[in-house]
Amino acid sequence: MTTMLFRCAVFALGTLLVLGRAGGAEAIEIKRVVSPGGIEAWLVEDHKNPIITLSASFKGGAAADPDGKEGLADMVAALLDEGAGPYDSEAFRRQLEDRVIGLGFSAGRDGFSARLQTLTEHSDTAFELMRLAMSEPRFDPEPVERIRAQIVSSLKRSATRPQTIASETWWRAAFPDHPYGRPDSGTVDSVGRITVEDMKGFAGKVLTRDQMEIGVVGDIDPQRLGLLLDRTFGALPDTPAQTPLEAAQLSAVGETFVVEQAVPQSVVVFGHRGIPRDDPDRFAAAILMEIMAGGFGSRLTEEIREKRGLTYGIYAYSLPLDGAQMVMGGVSTRNDKVAETVRLVREIWAEMAENGPTEQEVRDAKTYINGSFPMQLTSSAPIAGMLVSLQRDKRPLDYLEKRPELIDSVTMTDLKRVAKRLFHADELTFVVVGQPKDLKATAPVPQPRS
Amino acid sequence: MRLPAIGRGALFLALFCILVPGGSAGAKVYEPESFTLSNGMQVVAITDQRVPVVTHMVWYKVGGADEAPGETGLAHFLEHLLFKGTEKVPSGEFSRIVSRNGGQGNAFTGYDYTAYFQTIASDKLPLVMEMEADRMTNLMLDEDEVAAERQVVLEERRSRVDNSPAALLSERTNAALYLNYPYRRPLIGWAHEIEALTRENALAFYRKWYAPNNAILVVAGDITMERLKPLAEKYYGVIPARPVPERMRPEEPEQIAARRVELAHPLAAQESWTRRWLAPSRFWGESRHVLPLAVLAEVIGGGSTSRLYKKLVIEEKVALSVGAFSGGGDIGPSTFGFYGVPAEGHSVEALEKAVEAELQAILRDGVDPAEVARAVKSMKASAVYARDSVTAPAHAVGQALAVGRTIEQIESWPEEVGAVTAEQVMEAARAVLTKPGHVTSVLRPKPAS
Repeated sequence: MTTMLFRCAVFALGTLLVLGRAGGAEAIEIKRVVSPGGIEAWLVEDHKNPIITLSASFKGGAAADPDGKEGLADMVAALLDEGAGPYDSEAFRRQLEDRVIGLGFSAGRDGFSARLQTLTEHSDTAFELMRLAMSEPRFDPEPVERIRAQIVSSLKRSATRPQTIASETWWRAAFPDHPYGRPDSGTVDSVGRITVEDMKGFAGKVLTRDQMEIGVVGDIDPQRLGLLLDRTFGALPDTPAQTPLEAAQLSAVGETFVVEQAVPQSVVVFGHRGIPRDDPDRFAAAILMEIMAGGFGSRLTEEIREKRGLTYGIYAYSLPLDGAQMVMGGVSTRNDKVAETVRLVREIWAEMAENGPTEQEVRDAKTYINGSFPMQLTSSAPIAGMLVSLQRDKRPLDYLEKRPELIDSVTMTDLKRVAKRLFHADELTFVVVGQPKDLKATAPVPQPRS
Repeated sequence: MRLPAIGRGALFLALFCILVPGGSAGAKVYEPESFTLSNGMQVVAITDQRVPVVTHMVWYKVGGADEAPGETGLAHFLEHLLFKGTEKVPSGEFSRIVSRNGGQGNAFTGYDYTAYFQTIASDKLPLVMEMEADRMTNLMLDEDEVAAERQVVLEERRSRVDNSPAALLSERTNAALYLNYPYRRPLIGWAHEIEALTRENALAFYRKWYAPNNAILVVAGDITMERLKPLAEKYYGVIPARPVPERMRPEEPEQIAARRVELAHPLAAQESWTRRWLAPSRFWGESRHVLPLAVLAEVIGGGSTSRLYKKLVIEEKVALSVGAFSGGGDIGPSTFGFYGVPAEGHSVEALEKAVEAELQAILRDGVDPAEVARAVKSMKASAVYARDSVTAPAHAVGQALAVGRTIEQIESWPEEVGAVTAEQVMEAARAVLTKPGHVTSVLRPKPAS
C-alpha cells in the first residue's frame, strides 16, 4: 500500500475560509484529498489536539428498507460495531473502549452514516476497526438477538410517548403509499422478521464507494489520510447507484388529526410541502425560516411563547429529503390551549405569506445566519458533518466563502415572492396527541399499514 | 443535574457520544488562567484560538438547593426572568441583540449554580459582557410578563415531567432519597409552588444572591487573559460587592431505612428499576471516595464490556440493559446507583435479585485490578477529548468553580484518576454500598382504564 501511495501522490486542493480575525484565531482551510486509490475526502487539518474525527455518509437509509422489514437500516447500524472480522462482540467493544475510540453508525430516512473519533496514537487501530465493521461485520447470534430485544423494547417505550405518536401519525397521514409513511425504526413485528441475510444484504448494498462522502477533521495530514482512506474504504464494493427514491406527493393536506391520550399537555406536529435542497430560492427560504422560527425574537416564539405564555418551545424547520420536501414544525401546550395555539400558527403563517417579512427582520436574520456560522466550527464533529453535507449537496470547495454573499444578495422582492411559495396556512396538516379541548379533528386517524 | 431553561433549539446536535468528563476533566487539559476582581468576582480565561469565537459565561453560586421551603422552582424561574429586561436592554431584547450579532445564548439552573452564556464572534465579546453585567444588578420586571413567563415554566414542567412517567418517578425518588437535604426538591419546582411564585419572590431572590462577589466569569475560545482582564475590569469590576448570605444547607440524618418508590403509569411501556445510595461528593462525606466510586461505576456498569452488562445482559439474559452511575460534583450528598430494564419474560424482581447477587459478589470478592487499570486508562484518555470544543471547557471549569473547587483541583483530575487503585475502589464500594438506607424505584405499566 505504501508503494501505491508513492506512485500516485495524494492529490490535494485547498480553499481558505477566512472567518475574520478578532483575536488571534486562524482561518479554517478545507482541503480536497484524493487518495492513491481514488477515494475523495474533504479535510480540515487541525493539529492543536491529538484527535482525528471522521464522518462518512452513504445513500440508502430507512426509506430503502424492504416492505415488511422496516427497521432494517436501524438494526444494521446498531450491529456493525457488535463484532467484525476476528473479533466477537465483546472483543470488538473492548478494542474500542480500551483506546477510547468512538465508532458508531446511524440510519436516517435517506442515508446511512458512520462516524469515527480517535486519538492520533490509536488511529491505525481505529481505522482498522472501522474497516472491519463495514467490510466484515459478523452478525453473530448473541448480539443479533440482544440488539433485536433492545430495539423491540425501545419501540415499545416510544410507542406510548406522545412525541413519537404525533410524529409517526403525521408521516403516516402524509405518505400513505410511500416509504416515508412507514415507521423509520420499524415495528415489533417487522424487527422480529429481520434475518442475518437481510442485514448482510443491506450492508453490501449500502456501504459502497458509490455516493459515499467523507469529511475528516483534526490531527492528520493529506498524505496519511490518503493511506488510511484506501485501507479503510478501498475494499468496499464500487457498485452503481441504487434506484433513486420515488418522488412523493403529500396527502392529507390541510387536515387535522387528533390522537386521544391522557396527558396534561398535548403534543402537536404540523407541516406541509417545502422546497428542494438545490432550489434557487433556498437562501431566501433560509432567511424566512430564521425569521419565522429562529428561536427568541422569531415570530413563532414571540407570539406563542413570549407574549402569551402558551408553550415552552415551538419550532419549525425546512426538511428537504430526497423523495419529498417539507416545512415541519411542532409545539406542546396544555390541553385547553391547543385550539388557540393551532389557530395562531395558521395566522402567523398566513400573515407571513401575505405580507412577507419586515426590513428589520431581514437585516437581523441575514446578520444572524452569516455571523453565527463560525459557531458551527467550535468542535470537530460538527465540522466533519458539515464537510459531508457540502459534498452531498454538491457544493464547490469555496462554497462557504461565497455563502455570505449569496445570503446578503437576497432582495425583499425575492423574500416576498418566496414567502408566498413557502408558507401555506391552509395546507398545514396538524396532528395533536393529547386531550385537546375545543379542537375538531377533520379526519379519522390513519391506521398503521399492516 | 442541569435544567436548561431556554431552548433555542440546537442547530448542531453532537454527532459523537464520547463522554466528556464534565465538571472534573483534567490536568493540562484546559490550562485556565484566573484572577479575581477587586469586588470579589473571579475571572477565568481558557484560550483556544482555532476559530474567532468565544463562549462567555457568568456563573452565580446559587441554585435550586438555596431556595426557601415552599418556593421550589424559584431559582429557575428567576433565570427565565433575567431575559425580561433592564432599563438599557428592554424585555426580549437581550436574545435579539445577541442573535442580531450572530451569537447564540442560553441559560440553565442547577441545584448549586445558575449560569448564563453566549457564544459569539470574539469581536462581539465586549457587547455581551456589557449586557450581562447590566442584568446582574439592573433587572426590571413587569407584572404581566412575569405572569406569562410563569405559564411558560408550567408548560416546561408539563413537557419535561408531567408528560413523562420516568421523570415523574425520578422526581418522587429524589424526594425519598434525600431525607432533609434540599436536593429532595425538584429543580423546576412542584407545580403548585410554581403557580404561587411572584414577581416579589423573584426580585428578593435576585437581590439576595446576584452580586459580583457571588459570581464567576468564564470566557473560553479566542481570548487571552491579557485581552480579557481590562474588559472584565471595565464591565464587571465597577459593580460594587454586596453582602451575600452563607448557603444554608441542612444536614442529612443517618440513612438507616431502605425505601421503595413504585409508580404504575399508563404511559409506562415496560418495567424499569433503579437503586440509589447517598454517596460522598467533593464537599460532603468522605470525599476521597469520589474518584474510586467513578472508577467503580465504570468497571461494573460503564458499558457493554462492563461486569454487570456481561453477566446480566449477555450471559444470564435477565436484563435488556443494566448499568451503574456515580456523581460527586455536588456541594451536598451525591448518589451512586444501578439501573436496569428486565428482559422479556423476566420480572423486575428477578432483575433486582440478579443485581443484588452481583453486588454481593463484588463486595465479597473485590474487583479485578486489571479491570480497574483498564477503566482508569480510558477515563484518563477521555480527558483529551474534552479539549476539542470551545463551549464544553467553559461549562466544565465554570461548574467546578461554582461548587467551590479550585483550578488546581480541576487540572489534577487525570493524575488523580490515574492513581486510583483496586483497593481504593473496594474501600469506597464497601463504604457506600453496604449501607442499608438505599432507595429502590420501580416503574410499571398500568393498563389504561
